[in-house]
Amino acid sequence: MTIEPAAARDTGYNFAYLNEQTKKMIRRALLKAVAIPGYQVPFASREMPMPYGWGTGGVQVTASVLTPEDVLKVIDQGADDTTNAVSIRKFFKRTAGVATTEATAEASVIQTRHRIPEQKLTSDQILVYQVPIPEPLRFLEPRETETRKMHAFEDYGLMHVKLYEDISQHGHIATTYAYPVKVEGRYVMDPSPTPKFDNPKMDNCAALQLFGAGREKRIYALPPFTSVVSLDFEDHPFEVQAWEHPCELCGARDTYLDEVIVDDEGGRMFVCSDTDYCASRRQAVSEAAE
Amino acid sequence: MTTPLLSVSGLHKSFGRTVACDDISFDLWPGEVLGIVGESGSGKTTLLRSIAGLIEPDAGEISYYSGEGALDVHDMSEPELRRLQRTEWAFVHQHPRDGLRLNVSAGANIGERLMANDWRHYDNIRSEALKWLAAVEIDEARIDDLPRTFSGGMQQRLQIARNLITSPRLVFMDEPTGGLDVSVQARLLDLIRSLVRDLGLSAIVVTHDLAVARLLSTRLMVMKDARVIEQGLTDQVLEDPQAAYSQLLVSSVLQV
Amino acid sequence: MGKQAVLSVDQVNKQFVLHTQNGAVLDVLRGVSLSVHGGEIAALCGPSGAGKSSLLKAVYGTYRIGGGRILVRHKGGTCDVAVAPPRQISALRRDTIGYVSQFLRVIPRVPAIDIVADPAIEQGMKPDAARARATELLTRLRIPDNLLHLSPLTFSGGEQQRVNIARAMAAPRPLMLFDEPTASLDPQNRATVLDMIADLRKSGTAILGIFHDPADRRTLAARDIDMAASNREEPAHA
Repeated sequence: MTIEPAAARDTGYNFAYLNEQTKKMIRRALLKAVAIPGYQVPFASREMPMPYGWGTGGVQVTASVLTPEDVLKVIDQGADDTTNAVSIRKFFKRTAGVATTEATAEASVIQTRHRIPEQKLTSDQILVYQVPIPEPLRFLEPRETETRKMHAFEDYGLMHVKLYEDISQHGHIATTYAYPVKVEGRYVMDPSPTPKFDNPKMDNCAALQLFGAGREKRIYALPPFTSVVSLDFEDHPFEVQAWEHPCELCGARDTYLDEVIVDDEGGRMFVCSDTDYCASRRQAVSEAAE
Repeated sequence: MTTPLLSVSGLHKSFGRTVACDDISFDLWPGEVLGIVGESGSGKTTLLRSIAGLIEPDAGEISYYSGEGALDVHDMSEPELRRLQRTEWAFVHQHPRDGLRLNVSAGANIGERLMANDWRHYDNIRSEALKWLAAVEIDEARIDDLPRTFSGGMQQRLQIARNLITSPRLVFMDEPTGGLDVSVQARLLDLIRSLVRDLGLSAIVVTHDLAVARLLSTRLMVMKDARVIEQGLTDQVLEDPQAAYSQLLVSSVLQV
Repeated sequence: MGKQAVLSVDQVNKQFVLHTQNGAVLDVLRGVSLSVHGGEIAALCGPSGAGKSSLLKAVYGTYRIGGGRILVRHKGGTCDVAVAPPRQISALRRDTIGYVSQFLRVIPRVPAIDIVADPAIEQGMKPDAARARATELLTRLRIPDNLLHLSPLTFSGGEQQRVNIARAMAAPRPLMLFDEPTASLDPQNRATVLDMIADLRKSGTAILGIFHDPADRRTLAARDIDMAASNREEPAHA
């Protein structure tokens, strides 16, 4: 087992750092967000003991849904061992004393930055996204008053203007991350800076997906089994990235790959960005060999 | 042609103590181009913006007769008004920068209204945009350039293309040729007039330039101090102005 | 009586109040009455200032008259230009009254052929047919081929006037008004224009015009109307 069991928490703080009033406020925003899939709910984002851009929105959402029985996994760009992931995991170990894990299947709450795990999520899991800019229309419309009206009136022509620009400049839709989606045929939503490779995983997902933007003070959500459709043109349909080679560590051909520089002579390799998925595939191979 | 396209009655608008439009009533009929002339500050632009639903008037009714019947412009819901503004109506601003998106290409500017009306086929949008670039005499090779690289006259023509691409029935124009040099102005006038004729659209054109008004409009309204002081066919108003102010206005035009 | 007149001008008054010149009042038409039948040419005569052009403009609806009636047979009915709202006057001009002014006023850049074809297209003629007709008329009026696709604003005075005439002829209407149509034309073109006007008359058009040259009026077998006599001496406010 890879679970690091629950331990005593630092009682100088309330459970999971935030006070109960704040968590109630955030849970109310979450309930509203779940009730209106894809709609950005404003909330009174708190100062957190980390800088904006380091996942303050995601951390507040995680803090509000976490129970002492939960098993927490934190990933950054798919990896459990990067600075951001490690420090957030430590933060909750200290303030909530919850069990933690690197294995996707074992986690009940997964906080993520920029990836969705390769392994299919289940209805027992909650995926919490860290979101820098929640407004998909912001690129072309700087006025918040106007973008809120555009959402209210389903006035989304502008979203396609952005995709049009992509095709006219690059010959194809060059947006590769934060690729806009339409939720339940109603709200256009920014899936946070995940690669568009992960967009299909959001559609009809069994897990509850929650999005927190700390600096922008917005929460939105996808309840389990919500329809999530990536925007496109009839003659330029949505496509995910594909690689010429499989993962050079585990041989997977259906995962999102990172390019890793291995020496000073320009040597590089392509490996799964989801470190847990890659490791468990390799372990399964070596166990089978034994 | 038994009902007007637009019917304005008793329109009033003040900004604080300043009255901008006072008890203005008129009908616009299909195929008509109505010129609104008068000096700056006479309330022309406020009138235009009130009719187009961009400003809420204090009193009065504006009825637009769409295919489905009479619509009260200031009583309809905002989504309904916005739908009208991106389908059957168009608004050409005096400054092209107010009517264009400067951070996306000319093609995207022209195509936006199509995409807002659920066009989802890139090649179709693009060929329509090319057609309209040609219609407003902009080199097709400029389709992917940003409008900020265009001259003032080109920007204004781009704005017109962007507005007319959905074949609106009613076009509002606020000083469409203001700030352009005369040769560009002539080109634009020619363009607007042929579009009006070929597409059978109606227009309300605000201008302080009587020469522009004469060439573009079938009918004129003269405004002074927030009121319409005279109206009639363009040649009636310009050749036989009745009100003292209209006579002054007409006699002040420089002849070339 | 026989056929109803196409145009009946009845007791028409027109005065200009010049507000910019201390309210000076000019009486240009005083109780003018006349009528023109189909197939007839009526020529307005009299010294300059007698109100000839003013009467044409009143009939065309450009000048709004102070009293009297201007009845025009229009699409089987009768329309009083004096009280017709702008829309009706527009319809009259499209279908019933044509007017050849002394000056050509057009949008710069529009080629001559389009200027001539336009009124016919507005009447519902197919653009190609209208352009063919425009070419035919302009050729008959000796506008060189290479000018057809240029804006007439660059043309000479005589050429502009011929474009103006062609424009009116391209869409003949039952009542045609001519303001000195031959004024700046050479003898050859003058003869052509007079021929054209005579053709209009033969086809039943009612024509009211100002023809300065008595020879022109004789050629056209016009009925002279003395404007000085028509303008009865009456107090301006009557």
